[in-house]
Amino acid sequence: MRRTGGQLAMLVAINLFLLAVGALISGSFLSVFNLQSMASQVPEIGLLAIGVMLAMCAGNGGIDLSGIALANLSGVMSAVIVTSLFSSTESATAFSLAFILVALLVGLAGGLINGLLIARLNITPILCTLGTQMAFMGLAVVLSGGKAVTVGSPALLSSIGNDMIAEVPISFLIFVLVAALVAAAVKFTPYGLWLMLMGTNPKAAIYAGFPRNGVLIATYALSGTLSGLAGVIIAARNINVKFDYGSSYLLIAILIAVMAGVKPEGGYGRVICVVLSAIALQLMSSLLNFGGLSNFVRDFAWGLLLLTFLAVGRYDITGFIAPVRRPAIPSPPVPQASK
Amino acid sequence: MTPSSETLAAAPSVSARAGFGALVRRRPETITALLLVAICGTVAVVNPAFLQPATLIDIGRASVVMGLFALGVFIILAAGGIDVSFTAVAALTMYSMTVLAQSILPDLPIAVILLLSTLGGAGLGVINGLLVHHLKVPSLIVTIGTQYLYRGFLLSFIGTVWIMSLPPQMGAFGRMPLLQFSAANGATITLPFYFLVLPVAALATWWILNRTLMGRAIFAVGGNADIASRLGYSLRTIHIFLFGYAGALAGLAGIIHVCANRQANPFDLVGTEINVIAAVVLGGARITGGTGTVLGTMLGVLLIVVINSVLVLVGIPSTWQRLVVGSFILLAAAFFVTRQRKK
Repeated sequence: MRRTGGQLAMLVAINLFLLAVGALISGSFLSVFNLQSMASQVPEIGLLAIGVMLAMCAGNGGIDLSGIALANLSGVMSAVIVTSLFSSTESATAFSLAFILVALLVGLAGGLINGLLIARLNITPILCTLGTQMAFMGLAVVLSGGKAVTVGSPALLSSIGNDMIAEVPISFLIFVLVAALVAAAVKFTPYGLWLMLMGTNPKAAIYAGFPRNGVLIATYALSGTLSGLAGVIIAARNINVKFDYGSSYLLIAILIAVMAGVKPEGGYGRVICVVLSAIALQLMSSLLNFGGLSNFVRDFAWGLLLLTFLAVGRYDITGFIAPVRRPAIPSPPVPQASK
Repeated sequence: MTPSSETLAAAPSVSARAGFGALVRRRPETITALLLVAICGTVAVVNPAFLQPATLIDIGRASVVMGLFALGVFIILAAGGIDVSFTAVAALTMYSMTVLAQSILPDLPIAVILLLSTLGGAGLGVINGLLVHHLKVPSLIVTIGTQYLYRGFLLSFIGTVWIMSLPPQMGAFGRMPLLQFSAANGATITLPFYFLVLPVAALATWWILNRTLMGRAIFAVGGNADIASRLGYSLRTIHIFLFGYAGALAGLAGIIHVCANRQANPFDLVGTEINVIAAVVLGGARITGGTGTVLGTMLGVLLIVVINSVLVLVGIPSTWQRLVVGSFILLAAAFFVTRQRKK
């Protein structure tokens, strides 16, 4: 936990720096409209990144690659089911509520499948979520016939996607609220403690009598539910849902988590850092847009950035930037459970 | 009490099942082979068109590029890593090489083109290997990063134009026949020359894994990296070799892909990596490393190629393809895991 403060300080510094650069480049960067439009783009990817963070924290190679596929599946499945029950123009509120409920349930169910496969059958998380990613996407293709499904813009749903409360987009408020809830769960409940300790040393956690299966299932179920919520926000913002929306989100979600200092080998991660790093990434993306660079340059930059942050984590460069006292003796390497 | 006739009768079948179980544990690819035979049998019954030489040769042709990728993924998987950047390596080398052969060095012989793209792929692979070794993070995350890096580099700095007319020597290589005959309906069916590359690469990979010290080292690292390094294997050399070799195969696969399709599309290939990983895993290689065979990998590739191409033949819409492959991965994973636990 020694890097906690440093990472947070660095992320705050990066955000401020990016805002300053943006203000220098163009006066309209800090305009209310631009800030709002940036804020409304953060939630989808931010929610997925929190899911990736939780899976990584669980350790033993934990990762959730099925996030965006599950988000799209939630949107598509919910759209297909709910449009057959309600009309989005006549009973707007009922449609919206049903859509949100079904999408969240689909997300939860997908997450439970991941969790059960990983905890009960002992399938490696990479392999399992790779398989479910394909299966979820395939199911979305089958349900939608490979085409975009129209959700329309019923009042409640479209206000989630487009309206503001006190000049802040509602979707961003939802994101912050959910992030705060997850952060509280990780920090103050036994679940959070189990999750982090299990990620630090899975073998010791089993001998200490932690409910390993329960924690794993809860982690992936939570990640799945967050994907479902991301699916709702995607649908609310885009009117249509499609199986291959956001194909680059998989990398970006992992990039955000790594940038936030989440340890890929498990045991450490903070939700607030994930939120800040999602915002930083959005700022960078908008800056590149303002600079008139193509999406491909952005992909290149993301790859470079991910590797840079891995190097930062490896060589602990944060220590030079933020003045944090580090213990003289490095902590001994944690023995990994062999199976 | 004397054993009843029932238990006596049951005994041989139990031992037969144990024998089969032991076989599956020792050679998990048996299941892959059985599955492949079952699928082919079913399809042949439902739609006899499947057994025509044209279909079979199509399957053979389609498995070359994927097979080369799969060999690279397999050798990394055997050492306990994973690579998702190989498609980007292939795309970057194939497109740069095509541009080079088209506009700068038009007289480059095809052998040099193949060699250069293999070397180019190896170079990009070595970068992967160095990063994986020195950053000390799971290779999945590193190679996701390099995938974006390579592909972003390709699309932002080299070009986004779809090259439809290849340099003549590359087109000629793609058409060069190994085997040619006329089908019943008069159409000429060609098994192209480049098909040979796959068996050669498979043999080379088999040789490296089973007959050299590097092969020992790779499986040792896949079994337990700490112990392997204490035994004196240099992890750095192994990582560089692994990713370099996989990169070389990817580079070769990329240029063959271009020659076979007679066009170079910079947006191609990336996105197919999950299919390839699925093939390797279906071939019985454990994703945690230390196991697997070249034969199994080839069977896995055939399985995926067959599934991809026969769904339509038996009347299942192609939209089901992803769902079917995804379910196969999960089933195979669950099956292999439960088998290992009974040991």
